[in-house]
Amino acid sequence: MKQLCSLALDTAQSRGASYADVRIIETRREGLETKNEGVASMRRTEDLGFGVRVIANGSWGFAASRDITREAIEQTAAQAVAIAQASARVKHKAIRLTPGPSYEDVWKTPVKRDPFEVPAEEKIGLLLRINEELMRVKGVKVAQGYMNFVREHQYFASTEGSFIEQDLTRSGVGYSATAVGNDDVQRRSYPASFRGLWMGKGYELIEELPLLEHAGQTAEEAVALLTADQCPSGKRDLILSGDQLALQIHESVGHPTELDRVLGTEANYAGTSFATTDKLGNLRYGSPMVTIVADSTLVGGLATVGYDDEGVKAQKWPLIERGMLVGYLTSRETADAIGEPRSRGAMRADGWARIPLIRMTNISLMPNEGTLDDLIADTDDGILVSTNRSWSIDQQRVNFQFGCEIGWEIKKGKKVRLLKNPTYQGITTEFWGSCDFICGANEFVLWGVANCGKGQPGQTAEMSHGAAPARFIDVNVGVGYDK
Amino acid sequence: MINKTEAQRILERVMALSAADETEATLAGRDSALTRFAENVIHQNVEEHDAGLTVRAILGQRIGAASTNRLDEEGIQRVVRDAAEIARFAPEDAELLPRSGPQSYQEGEAYDPETAPEAVGPASRADAVAEIIEEAKGSELKAAGAFSNEEESTATANSKGVFAYHRGTGADFSVTAMAQDSSGWADHEARSVAQIDPQRLGRIAIEKALASQNPRAVEPGAYTVVLEPAAVEGIVSWLPLGFNALEVDEGRSFLTGKIGTKIAGDNITLYSDPYHPLHQGAPFDGEGMPKKRLTLIERGVAKDLAYDRVTAKRKNVAPTGHSLGGRSANGAWPSHLVLEGGDASLEEMIRSTERGILVTRFWYENILDRMKLIVTGMTRDGLFWIEDGEVRYAIRNFRFNQSVPEFLNHVEMMSEPVLVAGMAAPAMKVEGFHFTSGTAF
Repeated sequence: MKQLCSLALDTAQSRGASYADVRIIETRREGLETKNEGVASMRRTEDLGFGVRVIANGSWGFAASRDITREAIEQTAAQAVAIAQASARVKHKAIRLTPGPSYEDVWKTPVKRDPFEVPAEEKIGLLLRINEELMRVKGVKVAQGYMNFVREHQYFASTEGSFIEQDLTRSGVGYSATAVGNDDVQRRSYPASFRGLWMGKGYELIEELPLLEHAGQTAEEAVALLTADQCPSGKRDLILSGDQLALQIHESVGHPTELDRVLGTEANYAGTSFATTDKLGNLRYGSPMVTIVADSTLVGGLATVGYDDEGVKAQKWPLIERGMLVGYLTSRETADAIGEPRSRGAMRADGWARIPLIRMTNISLMPNEGTLDDLIADTDDGILVSTNRSWSIDQQRVNFQFGCEIGWEIKKGKKVRLLKNPTYQGITTEFWGSCDFICGANEFVLWGVANCGKGQPGQTAEMSHGAAPARFIDVNVGVGYDK
Repeated sequence: MINKTEAQRILERVMALSAADETEATLAGRDSALTRFAENVIHQNVEEHDAGLTVRAILGQRIGAASTNRLDEEGIQRVVRDAAEIARFAPEDAELLPRSGPQSYQEGEAYDPETAPEAVGPASRADAVAEIIEEAKGSELKAAGAFSNEEESTATANSKGVFAYHRGTGADFSVTAMAQDSSGWADHEARSVAQIDPQRLGRIAIEKALASQNPRAVEPGAYTVVLEPAAVEGIVSWLPLGFNALEVDEGRSFLTGKIGTKIAGDNITLYSDPYHPLHQGAPFDGEGMPKKRLTLIERGVAKDLAYDRVTAKRKNVAPTGHSLGGRSANGAWPSHLVLEGGDASLEEMIRSTERGILVTRFWYENILDRMKLIVTGMTRDGLFWIEDGEVRYAIRNFRFNQSVPEFLNHVEMMSEPVLVAGMAAPAMKVEGFHFTSGTAF
């Protein structure tokens, strides 16, 4: 592989590239899906290819191919240079990258049990047992179970001398029960919605979770929601469970602090950001209780790597510190653009065929103190919501709205009734500014987002968000159903 | 892209190598290029060549699937072996059907050699982008956007003699012009790059950005809206969620119990039609079945559903050719939407509006409630106040929460449809659209 990488880099340089990097990636995937008493899908996928990224005449070019032959590598590297030269017809100034050390290293996701070595019968057997438990509850019409495993074996080399080999493993597991009533359908998912909980782990993720133990409760909640009251509309204190808070962090802190968005390069598609560079260090983003940290080194994180796709070593740094905006997710090019001495290492690509973009790494809300029970007991009149069902946010990441699978009304420190279709809407800085209670480390869980879309052509990335339940004051709830 | 001869060779090789009782395979190839610009410079310029082969092996009542992008002999052998191995592990599926025999497909031409990446290279794309950026600079605006072109092929075959092949091209030019407190957007997608006029799109985006400066705040509420086609697509494209026969059967669709009943206004007729001139999609589905033209809504009445083979057998009807492939737990999906429009122009819709809002497009639409088919999202890139038949001034963006069936019962005027985000959608004038909150810009 090193020779093939060198061939790509040498070709690019001989054609006029001042910088080049190449990534050769082999990806294996396994997906299992069960529905009711049967297997809905069992599928393995393998994918191999390479992408060459160059700077020539001061502009970027990128070309990628699945054909890993010497001839195709030379042709693709030359095409990347030709594309960069075309880009240079429309440039303002030459691309500059922050300097940084080069590395020769090997990094692997720590894996206790290789998911690709676990027999299919074991995986399917567990999912079918869970479905059986879910279907045991009267009123459940559809039970679905999911397991997904991904392994990316990648080589990165650059003309600056790096040669990095990484072996990244991700696993996901989850299930849902759907109950059908008169003109209503309600679903409950465990451990999270959208195919469950994903982490940067091996099959041990599946073994560590109390999957079977939670099936009965999950199914019963789905059925109970059919006859539950509709979530009322109005202003209420709102408690978010950790899994919903994870998506709140993702949409209203993660995306707005991507420096490419901030600098305008996603303007036509994903949008820009209200958190512009003039606000760095002086924007009150949240209450003093809110500290949010980006961390590519976090054990078990979906975005945990040794190095990003520019060969920058994984790091941990704050984005929001005691409520103030203090950092961005950066690349070598964008870090240089705002005068930072080095990249934070947030560049990742969706496989070999796509160019690296700034993607969220693992971003977590730091825990404070207390349990969820303490938080409920401390709430006089509020609503607790859990498990995401719907999400939407404007293109500058200001006005957001979320819907959840389940809610509970809280009166005088106690859960008093179950609520269906809970929703809430807010304005990012007002919402985070109203945070007055964050539970402690014992309630902190690392949740995963396995389907984050960005870029043109579209790319999907995975990242984790750690959170403990938290409370927000005077939030609009019940939106969308209040007509 | 993979040409027909090569596709046939690869799929025949799959069939020859497979020792399964029955074998089904799909093969896709795609060559694509995209030039992206922002802040008045090209900042991303890419080209990719990829393919995918999926093999489904059937052993008795067991099925396994494997995919690869390696199309050499070793790669084909491995994917055939993997599919059979997975099938051996799989539990029996009582509903698994035998593969179908040869089918007849409607021919259609969706390939334009002048649109492929080889024909429209990075230099041509850069030239088109450069002109727009110069115009934006002349108006003291910043331009961002993407110019893409691609060619793709899809083929399917099975061991009972099915073989089908389709190839097509596509191009898209999308541009956003931005001022300090405003933006404007325009987009055109087409099978042929010659149909796209980037400069015209650039001018529309620039005019909108200039017109939407100094936006005023307006209270959220129910308003008459004039929606450009992109905004209509953002709402109506959620309807197929309901027309999946499997979900209707399971009671999970908003249409359960409502087929044959009135769900929209008399002026609403919606098709799933891959043969429509604006679409020209593949005439077969993931099971190799011919795609039928479905009338989803006819003059307001919910009519046809999309069936894969398993669901069709359960209900004793013919499959419609909308399977997602394999043994999907998700049923069938009506693609290639065509909303029959009317003969009104956007200008006529504005002229007929006493007080209302002109919407360029929506953003981040998402389903809030599947049974009520409530969709939420934001406005973006040009929102204008209409009064006494004229566009008066720009207003700040809104969030909406809107029931799609309710929306389709309040459509007053429509234009001819155009292709936008994969749907043939008209512009519309609609009464009582629900904006529920505002934002900072």
